[in-house]
Amino acid sequence: MDDFLWRALAAGVGAALVAGPFGSFVVWRRMAYFGDTLAHASLLGVALGFALHWNLAAGVLAVCAAVALLLLGLQRSRRLAADTILGILSHGTLALGLVTVAFLETLRVDLVSYLFGDVLAVTPADLAWIWAGGACALAGLLGLWRPLLALTVHEDLARVEGVRVDLVQTGFVLLLAMVVALMMKVVGILLITALLIIPAASARRLAGSPESMATVAALVGCLAVGLGLWASLRWDTPAGPSIVVASAVLFALSATIPVRRARP
Amino acid sequence: MDSRPDRGAGPLLSLQGVTATLGASPVLEGVDLTVGAGEIVTLIGPNGAGKTTLLRVALGLLAPDRGSVRQRPGLRIGYMPQRLAVDPALPLTVRRFLELAARDATRRVRGALDRVGAPRTLDTPIQSVSGGEFQRVLLARALLRDPELLVLDEPTQGVDLQGQEELFALITGIRDERGCGVLLVSHDLHLVMSSTDRVVCLNRTVCCTGAPLTVSSDPAYLRLFPPELPGFALYAHRHEPDAECRPEGRRGG
Repeated sequence: MDDFLWRALAAGVGAALVAGPFGSFVVWRRMAYFGDTLAHASLLGVALGFALHWNLAAGVLAVCAAVALLLLGLQRSRRLAADTILGILSHGTLALGLVTVAFLETLRVDLVSYLFGDVLAVTPADLAWIWAGGACALAGLLGLWRPLLALTVHEDLARVEGVRVDLVQTGFVLLLAMVVALMMKVVGILLITALLIIPAASARRLAGSPESMATVAALVGCLAVGLGLWASLRWDTPAGPSIVVASAVLFALSATIPVRRARP
Repeated sequence: MDSRPDRGAGPLLSLQGVTATLGASPVLEGVDLTVGAGEIVTLIGPNGAGKTTLLRVALGLLAPDRGSVRQRPGLRIGYMPQRLAVDPALPLTVRRFLELAARDATRRVRGALDRVGAPRTLDTPIQSVSGGEFQRVLLARALLRDPELLVLDEPTQGVDLQGQEELFALITGIRDERGCGVLLVSHDLHLVMSSTDRVVCLNRTVCCTGAPLTVSSDPAYLRLFPPELPGFALYAHRHEPDAECRPEGRRGG
């Protein structure tokens, strides 16, 4: 196999390992649309990073983090329903990103690779960013795990029990922004949420605890990356979408597993 | 004995002149409420009377527009929320659910479940625990906080009649052995009446308060809960203290 294939596989596996645990929380906390909004905002980050001559990853990270905090603030104020706010920001930032990209000649050419990912063109620098950033994000999530799980089950109860809910929530959305930024290269802006939630949903029936679901989700994601890249080579299909198709197939297979019963 | 919560001076919880609005409409107006150690205070009132809002203010989850909320410094609260639905996508056994109560909860989980009489649920997924047992599990979670004050929002909802009596006996027993204060919201007027020290009848303002017998003959109470209500009639014969107020209630209503 060629170098670029190994790099693609390493990048995909790195992204999937991070996506499993984060995606599990996205599923438990019903934040799929939230993840989508962050993903859409990342195109604006690419454009901004390019226009300001920043590192693109830094631009994406900055914009995603800003949007994540804005979302959290707007949801707290409760003047509009959460999904309305998400809809406005999600499509507003995507449109703004597309408009901005139109002004930037070089980016316009590459637009499709940002929307759908270009894992076969991953550079060693991208790879380092995915693995190092992913390790940091996972370490952060591990630190937040218990309080985040408590507030996922019941926010008020967690608050009464002394969980610093606002702090934990803010920490989680910032980490999620980071995960979105580092997954962008692998599956592209439009499919990031898919790689977050499909492996997690596939893991549900195989898991008896939150931790085992997060682990199985990471493994299912890795399997999907492997199958997707293989299919992409075999039939010359786009890599990012092939990975998502593979995870959707794995999800369909998982749905045939009978629901796990607890020991009496 | 020194560590008993009832040793401390003053009430565990004291609310004065609490006014709260949700959106544009006032939900609470000038509400006073105190709960002392070893005391069971029951909050009753029709739907939309502001009972849950008052609990949220008392717990510090909601800041009142006016008025003061004082908890005794360092007060340990065990809270049982009215609704708790765990997403079916989250694999969580009762054991793990209870372990979330506190960092050191792990080794005390079994004891707490035994105390509430639901030891068999330990390794059951929380989503498949039903009605009465689920309420017991929630109570166990509150107990794991080693509480000086229990705050229970409709602890008997979704529980059959016999289960309700058992649950109230359990709460009373826990109060007796721990000496903790209990603040609870209830719709089940009569059963509560028998085990409670003080009833606070709420309808945006406190319309009457006092010992169960006093309240159940108060005209303000009877306007809110006419004795023709099936719940009232159903339980009336069961408990001695209430036997007397029933005919009185009929005359008043």
